[in-house]
Amino acid sequence: MKLSDFVSKDAIIAELDATSRDDAINELVDALVATNVVAKSLRDQLIKQILAREKKGSTGFGKGVAVPHVKHEKIKQMSACIGVSQKGVDFNALDKEPVYSVVLLLSPQDKPDEHLQAMETIFSALQKDTFRKFLRQSTTRDAVWDLIEEMDAQQIQG
Amino acid sequence: MTNRRTMPRIRVVQTKPTQVKINVTILNELGLHARPAMAFVDLAHQFESDIRVSKGAHQVDGKSIMHMITLAATQGTELVIEADGPDALEATARLQSLVDNRFEE
Repeated sequence: MKLSDFVSKDAIIAELDATSRDDAINELVDALVATNVVAKSLRDQLIKQILAREKKGSTGFGKGVAVPHVKHEKIKQMSACIGVSQKGVDFNALDKEPVYSVVLLLSPQDKPDEHLQAMETIFSALQKDTFRKFLRQSTTRDAVWDLIEEMDAQQIQG
Repeated sequence: MTNRRTMPRIRVVQTKPTQVKINVTILNELGLHARPAMAFVDLAHQFESDIRVSKGAHQVDGKSIMHMITLAATQGTELVIEADGPDALEATARLQSLVDNRFEE
């Protein structure tokens, strides 16, 4: 599975306004709603569920990245939105450090294997120091998308 | 008269690290998603031993959540857990029971 299979290009936010976890999640879900990836009627429910998941255990797993996610029966196709912050987001990360890259993943309820494959794809990328560095340096949607395509083409080392 | 003199005065000091390797199967329906992976990593951190987990040729650090998620271990996946250190035996036993108990899901 590739990042471009499920990351929504039009919803990428290269410069997140939010500096708090809750605001960042709102901003990302709104981007998916604005680009018609997610129905507006689902907005509030999704945000509530994503935040509930975060309260059980932060998905800010360290190294300046967070991967909030939710499975929902009304989500028919897996989709993700990427937000890059220049200022840093207080995400209550495990290492207490600010988060600069947020990948929000929405998965169908009944496809747990697909969800795991997407998480693998996301974390294989985020584990790479160069990917994280370049992502953080990206200030436009196109720059983020170029990086995703390079990652998918296995052109990113280390 | 004390029998102390007759007792062997050997102190057992385990100086050699032990290596223990076990096979487990992921049983829970949702597989090794973020929450169970976190539970695994949390437990692994309670031990001094190095913990490595592999799925086929793909081996990762069992104490790193970001690494563990890249296993994409779905229901039915077989994993090999290797512990290397003074508490390797206990570590593998506890990790095995966590996996066998479906991460309490």
